[in-house]
Amino acid sequence: MDWLLIALIAVFGSSAFFLGRMRAERLLMSTAGRMHSRPNYHGYYVAMWATVPVLAIALSYAVFGEMLTRGQLARELPSSFSRLSPAELQSYLDSVRLAAGSAASAGADRVFEAITNRYLELRGLVNAGTLVILGLVAAFGIVWGQSRLKSDFRARALVENGMELVLFLCAGVAIATTAGIVLSLLYESLQFFQKVSAWDFLTGTRWNAQTEAEFGALPLFFGTFMIALIAMLVAAPIGLFSAIFLSEYASQTARAWIKPILEILAGIPTVVYGFFALLVVAPGIRSAAIWINETAIQLGLASEPILAAQPTSALAAGLVMGIMIIPFVSSLSDDVINAVPQTLRDAAFALGATKSETVQQVVVPAALPGIIAALLLAVSRAIGETMIVVMAAGKSARISMDPTSDLTTITVQIVSLMTGETGFDDPKTLSAFALGLVLFTVTLAFNVVALRVVKKYREKYD
Amino acid sequence: MDTSQGNPMMDDSITPQPTKDGGPRIDCRNIKVFYGQAEAIHDVSMSFPDRAVTALIGPSGCGKSTFLRCLNRMNDTIENCRVEGKILMDGEDINDADVDPVLLRSRVGMVFQKPNPFPKSIYDNIAYGPRIHGLANGREDLDAIVEKSLRRAGLWEEVKDRLSAPGTGLSGGQQQRLCIARAIAVQPEVILMDEPCSALDPIATARIEELIDELRNRYCIVIVTHSMQQAARVSQRTAFFHLGNLVEMGDTGQIFTNPREKRTEDYITGRFG
Repeated sequence: MDWLLIALIAVFGSSAFFLGRMRAERLLMSTAGRMHSRPNYHGYYVAMWATVPVLAIALSYAVFGEMLTRGQLARELPSSFSRLSPAELQSYLDSVRLAAGSAASAGADRVFEAITNRYLELRGLVNAGTLVILGLVAAFGIVWGQSRLKSDFRARALVENGMELVLFLCAGVAIATTAGIVLSLLYESLQFFQKVSAWDFLTGTRWNAQTEAEFGALPLFFGTFMIALIAMLVAAPIGLFSAIFLSEYASQTARAWIKPILEILAGIPTVVYGFFALLVVAPGIRSAAIWINETAIQLGLASEPILAAQPTSALAAGLVMGIMIIPFVSSLSDDVINAVPQTLRDAAFALGATKSETVQQVVVPAALPGIIAALLLAVSRAIGETMIVVMAAGKSARISMDPTSDLTTITVQIVSLMTGETGFDDPKTLSAFALGLVLFTVTLAFNVVALRVVKKYREKYD
Repeated sequence: MDTSQGNPMMDDSITPQPTKDGGPRIDCRNIKVFYGQAEAIHDVSMSFPDRAVTALIGPSGCGKSTFLRCLNRMNDTIENCRVEGKILMDGEDINDADVDPVLLRSRVGMVFQKPNPFPKSIYDNIAYGPRIHGLANGREDLDAIVEKSLRRAGLWEEVKDRLSAPGTGLSGGQQQRLCIARAIAVQPEVILMDEPCSALDPIATARIEELIDELRNRYCIVIVTHSMQQAARVSQRTAFFHLGNLVEMGDTGQIFTNPREKRTEDYITGRFG
């Protein structure tokens, strides 16, 4: 049915185009070449009438067709089915649909078979109805479109408007999706905040969502902040310095090699970073921490271990995450440093500044707003990163300054709350939405600030 | 101004490293410049007198800017650009391996086609050079250098009340005078100007030209210009470049009234270029 619909629309569209163009060409002859729009545009105009309404109907068929069939079928079911709950009824109908899709429905019980056959009948009816309506609408569209063609008809302008509308609708899909996600986040979060007060959620220090109903999210915020901080301590200097090297010091050939290699880092799947953190970095940090503990005790500096030395740690997750976001920092900073006009560098060199003086005192200050924006974007990336922390940061919600202890983050908790058995009215599940809302708000704020800074900076040099 | 005692910058009677008046400050011998394999300047020899303005004229792409940039080794900053030949300044070849381009550029200042003040305050723009070269002893000395440079560039009266305002906020002509003041502040002996008025309106251009005429008493000035009127107005010596060759060089009056070469005559009478 789907392919049939697409083929039909294509046929309607192309035949409408040729019909419209033919008519316009006849008009062109009869008016001795004085027409507002060229014949092709008349063709497009008629094709628009033949396809756009049909597309709308086809879309609504895709959305409502199955629903319509099921509704009718449910009304016709024997009275014994009325004791089923709506959910049970739906799953029964799902199995009917499945059976209807495969030929091997023989052997099941007779009632089921009868229902399946009726389902097929009904669906055939809906499909046939849709096709008839489609044909009528398309025919009407062609006739209506044709009837409007005249020598002074402004088909070109109307087609342009039509194109604009199509492009706008495509952009609208992205915006509508974003709005929908934000609204659903807000809605579920509000439900959560009816059960747990927002103040307790934001300031409470005990998080135990899985077993007991304790929803103080502060330890999660702390863990997120701590790991993002460690990541930025790694990524900011390395990323920035490599950007300066690439844009100011490296020769063309070196740049052509190093830049893509650096960008490969951004292409490594985060889950790979995750097991790298878990299997290589975390054990290394643990043994280092144990060694420090033992040495400190031997030297009499401490009477008991100073570091937690746990198998998963904030430091491991943070370090690896830092490596992961180096390309973000370096590639964005590289762009803004390159955007600093060459004339400024020339000015500094001509005054007898050395290369490093030029970089430190002229280039970097001029690029600073852009560099700050790059760092902010990297922070929002670090805060939202999930896979590495799920694998290497641990799950204990605690507030600890010891980087070798395990910490948990907002994203880790969302993952563990949403996997496994969940019910949608459970505060446990709802709390994930509230966490998601916090995460969304924070990263949005970072992105907005970063983009504004970048924009302001651009205005200065253009 | 007691603090300025002993600082040559503050003493108008001292001109930097006086040579025999009107004698050559810079002597170029057999200069060739290559971009990769392409030769952009073909075997040019010429000299620049001290305390005089030398104008380099010629059609676009004739190599006059490239040649100018040889004189303070700015071509070093361009990858795959190579300079051959000797450029003698006070008898020393500036392309010699012992010569530090950083020190050379503190002796040979440069002003560019488009005004390029740093995105810093007016004060910091001027103070930048003296700071990196350690020319000022303390804040007061630096203040004095900034004032002196701005006065010489004819900008002091216009900006003295807003020295902390950003240099990029000035008008185009003011920005260019700021750039000249910035170059002067390093106490150069030579000032190179690469079409310094091409981005300016006629009034701002006239001010810069007056300024160049005043600066002539103190510096060896080399100016690249597209405007033959400008060359005639501000320079004492003129060199005509064409397709990377030095076609003719002589006193400005002679070049514009009685050129020896046919190509020079065609260019200055507007027959090509």
